[in-house]
Amino acid sequence: MPNIRLSSVFLASALALSPAASGAETLRFASQGDIGSMDPYVVEEVFTSGFLGNIYEGLVRRAPDLSIQPALAESWELLSPTHWRFHLRKDVTFHDGTPFNADDVIYSADRVRAGASDFKNRLPSDAKVVAVDDYTVDFITTEPNPILHYTWANWYIMNRDWAEANGVGDADKAASEESYATLHENGTGPFQLVSRAPGVKTTLSRYDGWWGEGSVPTNVTEVEYTPVPNAATRVAALLSGQLDVVFPVPVQDIARVEAAPSGKIEAGPEVRTMYLTMNQWRDTLPGSGLEGKNPLKDRRVREAMYRAIDLETIHARILRGRATPAALMVAPGVNGYSDSFKRYEYDPDRSKELLAEAGYPDGFTFTFQCSNNMYVNDEAICLAVSNMLAKVGIDAKANVQAKAQYLEAILSPNMDFGLAMLGTTPASLDSHIALYSLHMCPRADENSAVWAPDDLAKIVAGKSNFAGYCNPEIDRLANEILIETDEDKRNALINEAWTITTDDVAYIPLHQSWGAWGVREGVGVEVRADNIFDWRYVTVAE
Amino acid sequence: MNPERSPNLIMRLLDSDAGYKFRSSPVTVVAGLVFVLMIGAALLAPVIAPFDPFDKGSIDLMNSLLPPAWNSGGDPAFLLGTDNQGRDLFSTILYGTRTSVFVGAVSVSLAVVAGLFLGLLAGYFGGLVDAIIMRIVDIQMTFPAIMVALLIDGVTRSFLSRDQHDELAVFVIILAMALSIWPQVARTVRASAMVEKSREYVMAAQVIGRGPWLIMARHILPNVMGPVLVIATINLGVAILGEATLSFLGLGIPAGEPSLGTLIRIGNDFIFSGERWMLIYPGLTLALLVLSVNLLGDWLRDVLDPKSR
Repeated sequence: MPNIRLSSVFLASALALSPAASGAETLRFASQGDIGSMDPYVVEEVFTSGFLGNIYEGLVRRAPDLSIQPALAESWELLSPTHWRFHLRKDVTFHDGTPFNADDVIYSADRVRAGASDFKNRLPSDAKVVAVDDYTVDFITTEPNPILHYTWANWYIMNRDWAEANGVGDADKAASEESYATLHENGTGPFQLVSRAPGVKTTLSRYDGWWGEGSVPTNVTEVEYTPVPNAATRVAALLSGQLDVVFPVPVQDIARVEAAPSGKIEAGPEVRTMYLTMNQWRDTLPGSGLEGKNPLKDRRVREAMYRAIDLETIHARILRGRATPAALMVAPGVNGYSDSFKRYEYDPDRSKELLAEAGYPDGFTFTFQCSNNMYVNDEAICLAVSNMLAKVGIDAKANVQAKAQYLEAILSPNMDFGLAMLGTTPASLDSHIALYSLHMCPRADENSAVWAPDDLAKIVAGKSNFAGYCNPEIDRLANEILIETDEDKRNALINEAWTITTDDVAYIPLHQSWGAWGVREGVGVEVRADNIFDWRYVTVAE
Repeated sequence: MNPERSPNLIMRLLDSDAGYKFRSSPVTVVAGLVFVLMIGAALLAPVIAPFDPFDKGSIDLMNSLLPPAWNSGGDPAFLLGTDNQGRDLFSTILYGTRTSVFVGAVSVSLAVVAGLFLGLLAGYFGGLVDAIIMRIVDIQMTFPAIMVALLIDGVTRSFLSRDQHDELAVFVIILAMALSIWPQVARTVRASAMVEKSREYVMAAQVIGRGPWLIMARHILPNVMGPVLVIATINLGVAILGEATLSFLGLGIPAGEPSLGTLIRIGNDFIFSGERWMLIYPGLTLALLVLSVNLLGDWLRDVLDPKSR
């Protein structure tokens, strides 16, 4: 069996190693796809923001056990329920040597909320950010939010002088408008970019002026990242010693890696919940040919889809038992999770009845967007779901693409899917952000249309709700949860919200997979439940 | 046996010069048998195959990853085992071979038609026509076939909607393969046409006032067909491999539809985990098909090329 989590014994022994004494230690690792951008505000995707977390830092960061640690802020206090004070670390410099101070936090707070930033929900748009002095920053919000900083571990601080000197403007998703920050970086983290060839190789080296030197176990001085889309190639490279760390190892290869003398598996349950998102807002369901009709707007049809998917078989056959079936859109370990929620049972007969009731006894057709290099066994799961839906008469035409094309198709502004498979990791490890980003109505104000083309840049609440699920009751509850400071009341509200969304069949939650990292013998890593690879905890023995 | 007395067509064919070369080479006989068998099985796939891989509703995930029937744990219903979706590998291979053969045959036919026409024009007229056509050929021959195919695939993706592209995927591959093969045909035809046009029979035809088109079609064409036939056969193998390569890269036939390349790509993911049948049988099928086509091409060349006699 794999080591579930790393023991503290390892940590202690690793700490005893002196990083300076042990020459150049290179960490060579590979994953499925490349990072989306070097600009930390462009795309909120676990792998990209996790990768950048080794280069950039936020005011806070998450420890391997996901608890919140101080990073660029040494400490913080709540002066009143709406007034936060952060005391910044004083000995920090950016990679170009510029000292870090409060002005950079203010710049980052502005930029993260501007343009097409994907991290707008890190800070309310009406929150004021004030520099009290060079190393003290106040955040003044209009509504109390007891977990304001929970999502800040991947809100990275950028340097104002560097950005302005290089003409870095607002974050922009469109690849045609690449800014200086897309290919360069100036962070405060332990590693700095040496060279980057997108899609081919990214090389980084240790930043000698890092403030946290000696506080973490790593002895890595060089990092080489290569995207290797083919899983078999990745595993072969690990087994032959060409790579130190590969992620993910496909479930069918875990036994092989464990049996090899040169490799081992580090694994653990993830907090990422895999789910199917159903397009409920387009007037014409993409790929259906039903002009002006969208069957997925009907709750009965959504339940029929849910019940047509035999998750147990997917779990046993494709994931080989290495996953936890999910009934909720958040994983165990996330605040607000409750095991009292149960999945709608697999029942193809009931599914056919529901379809007949809804007026689609012969089913219907739509486009099912799938990725083939983003998640564990994503292509196989997609095709299996497509085959299962066919058994109740629903023709989900699977369109399997690589990550870049896949995300372009399903994210705003295209949102060209009937059904798509995605994963969600709540950055705050609290249910609120899952409700806020995935379940709140994606519209600029109450009177405008869902995903109105002109309002795309204004949508913050529901920014990942590409399904267009919209229930005013959820909007109200999410806003209440945000400002509720009493924990019991807050959790009761969260429970109420989850009850409504599962009754509405807003999404089809699938499972949390167990991430499996293939690690070369002699290399120490800390596997985190959020799948972020923090090089601060990597040790390489020669 | 006396050649003049042979009773029927097949016997006469076997007794001909080509037939002698065929009979006297066991390798060619085996290749011919394998080729006929595979083409037959591919064409009759809907009759032979126990399952229809296009019918998504018939695929049951519970049947996934079964080994071939003769292994322990195998199910007699699935002769060569199943893939990771529970599709019967034997049926999927049959349908996949059908796709491959269809793509190969149609793309080579297109390439031959285009290559013959343009090659004849270039060879017969010479001068500016020749220069223009042959420079296009030169430019195109600098691109490897797969690159041309990737280019066509990318271009068509940009102006076709996704659904259209999926429906037309097979034709996109055919177009791509035809485009990468026709320059070879054109070049060969041009060379032969240049030789033929200075022969007396062509001059005689010109003297009696026949137009250039008629001369090309009636007099030169039959005399350049030999080498074209050889190139076409060899390129049939190239086109089949091209389709498999594109599908292997995930650019050809849409995922979920049967294709040898897609099967090999999926099988490749299971190469470490012991379910090797998913890679071996589609791979073996592809190798046998292409090998038999190439061996037949060699035989044709021996027969048709006077220099090797």
